[in-house]
Amino acid sequence: MTDSTPHSSSIPASGPAVGQDEWVARHAARRLMPVGPLRTVEERLRIVPWWAWLVLFIAAMSLLPVVESSGYVRRVGFDTVLYMLLALGLNVVVGWGGLLDLGYVAFYGVGAYAYALLDSDKFGVHLPTLVAVPVVVVIGAVVGFLLGLPSRRLTGDYLAIVTLFFLQLFQTVMTNGDSAFGHNLTGGPNGILRIDPLHLFGHDLTVQHQGVFAVSYFYVALGFFAVVFVALRFVNSSRTGRAWRSLREDPLAAEAMGMPVNWLKLMSFSFGAAVAALTGTLFAALNASVFPLTFYFVLLITVYTMVILGGSGSQPGVVAGALIISPLLEMLRDPGKSRIIFFAVLIGGVGLAARRSRTLGVAAAATIAFGFAVHELARAIDASWVSGEKAGGFAGAVDHWVVHPAQLASWIPPVSYIGLIAATLLVTTLHGRLRLVALVPTLYLSAFVWENVMLAKPEPARYIVLGLILIALMILRPNGLLGERRVEIV
Amino acid sequence: MSLLELDNVDTYYGQIHILQGLSIRIEPGELVCLLGGNASGKSTTLKTILGIVRPRTGMVRIEGEDVTKRPTSYRIGRGLAIVPENRRLFAPMTVLENLEMGAYLRGGGAKEDFERVYELFPLLHERRAQLAGTLSGGEQQMVAMGRALMSRPKLLLMDEPSMGLAPILVEKNFEIIEQVHQSGVAILVVEQNANVSLSIADRGYVLSTGRLVLEGKAADLRENEDLRKAYLGR
Repeated sequence: MTDSTPHSSSIPASGPAVGQDEWVARHAARRLMPVGPLRTVEERLRIVPWWAWLVLFIAAMSLLPVVESSGYVRRVGFDTVLYMLLALGLNVVVGWGGLLDLGYVAFYGVGAYAYALLDSDKFGVHLPTLVAVPVVVVIGAVVGFLLGLPSRRLTGDYLAIVTLFFLQLFQTVMTNGDSAFGHNLTGGPNGILRIDPLHLFGHDLTVQHQGVFAVSYFYVALGFFAVVFVALRFVNSSRTGRAWRSLREDPLAAEAMGMPVNWLKLMSFSFGAAVAALTGTLFAALNASVFPLTFYFVLLITVYTMVILGGSGSQPGVVAGALIISPLLEMLRDPGKSRIIFFAVLIGGVGLAARRSRTLGVAAAATIAFGFAVHELARAIDASWVSGEKAGGFAGAVDHWVVHPAQLASWIPPVSYIGLIAATLLVTTLHGRLRLVALVPTLYLSAFVWENVMLAKPEPARYIVLGLILIALMILRPNGLLGERRVEIV
Repeated sequence: MSLLELDNVDTYYGQIHILQGLSIRIEPGELVCLLGGNASGKSTTLKTILGIVRPRTGMVRIEGEDVTKRPTSYRIGRGLAIVPENRRLFAPMTVLENLEMGAYLRGGGAKEDFERVYELFPLLHERRAQLAGTLSGGEQQMVAMGRALMSRPKLLLMDEPSMGLAPILVEKNFEIIEQVHQSGVAILVVEQNANVSLSIADRGYVLSTGRLVLEGKAADLRENEDLRKAYLGR
């Protein structure tokens, strides 16, 4: 954005000019800023230029393999960078263009498959990396453009359905591509195997080094990330970037200003698809194999969650979203860690929802007391009801509070689960003291369901916890962590 | 040669016949007002001029060139600009960015364009870094006018500039319209408020259910008994 201070000479010093509102004139210093110490901090931080933040961030990220020797953690770090790239690309389409593209991960798949076909034994083609990667990016951009062509006149729900159809189409073609016109093009459900690793500076980048995940891919991904971040930032601060945002806000007004609305939409699709395709090359080269089902709904929802949670439209926001969600999903695989995360979310959610600290204190004390009472009662009636207890640590502490039988009767999981949903709905309809009274057993019930039902099935459980976090955040910060402040003209 | 000409235009929304054989013309530097009650086709006329809807028959000409089949962006490039009904600013963007968007086809606006707008509306210079959605209604109207002027239009289209403004602001608004007009820009004001618009216009057209019912010099229209009955309410 260009500042225009040189014009100040042409401003008359005399008071309100023609057309000025009097009330507004008296509030000339109105600003969109927080007040108090927060404001001071924010003003200080504003002085730091964006590229300094980026350099700091990249430097901090590149320390990860230095401080952490575990191959698993390094691998999670690599995946996180991939997610950051995917979120940046989706942000172009959803955050800037305002287009609800539900086929986004298909472009990721297009990139991965394109790289696989250009660099594997499949057809015996082995393009050098420095040729293959740009070619794949161009393929991604072209496919994005082609998908944009039929959908550029659609908005909102209709666009979402057409792009979702495209994702399905991609799946179907890749899954059945092993018998397309009598040729095996995509390997079908078995995918494509033995894909070449990236080849840079005269070396093949190896995935494993002495049995541990090698860091070369991590640094290549980080380099891609830096390039994409800077490139997209320049696009966003250009005329095209501003046109995208005005298009998102009011397509009709944008058209009336003379903007080529359809062309801008196609550009936005293309940019997003190109970034996704670039990420696909990294994915395919690292895993040395691609399968159709990788690029499907779970991944789509995960990337969307990152963009929404971080703040759609803000580059640092969506990167933060990926940086939080990706390791979080990994941690939730481990029952010990996911238990801590669940209770932290539960306590944090109730704490943030409570308007007065007294209410919060009463609710907390009542829930803890209620839990111990139920626990003791259950033990007194039948000792087997609390026989699943673990000893020691956080898990042990929780188990002294939650009823946890070693053997769960088969009717308990569905009944308690449905009961929890019913109780939650009941709490939302009640008000005042009644709500507080209903909240206590509901909280206890949710802890019970978590300990006895969810922890036994970590795979769905981790997405449910993710959903809970998202719901809590959307209530507190509807624009995401670092999202642009929404201003509505009413 | 007329700056803008609608020649026997018929516009439909699906089956519904909105504009019926409408012909209007605007000469360079003129201030023309288009009057009419609700559902008389005023906004559709503007949309037809801009190419947001296409007429089924008839022609739209800018400086003699037939632009009927040309897209909106082309017509903006030929020297049209609009201040839309309800202003329709890009709310989460700053005042400065809104102005830049007005000059999109000219690459974001030259320094002189900004200076010209800031001279007309000194307040916009003060508030250039503020988000447009946080401005008051009167200020937003200024941004909308400034945004339209950024493209150096030959013809400025204004859709209901008095809508939602206090009576005193309506008057000031029309003072600005006159000021812009005096700088050589032709203006087409679409209004329900016949009194104020006729007081500054050179000529006027009156629409009723998509047909032209009256046209003439503004002074004559002000004296016209039929118009007084229909639109001035006395």
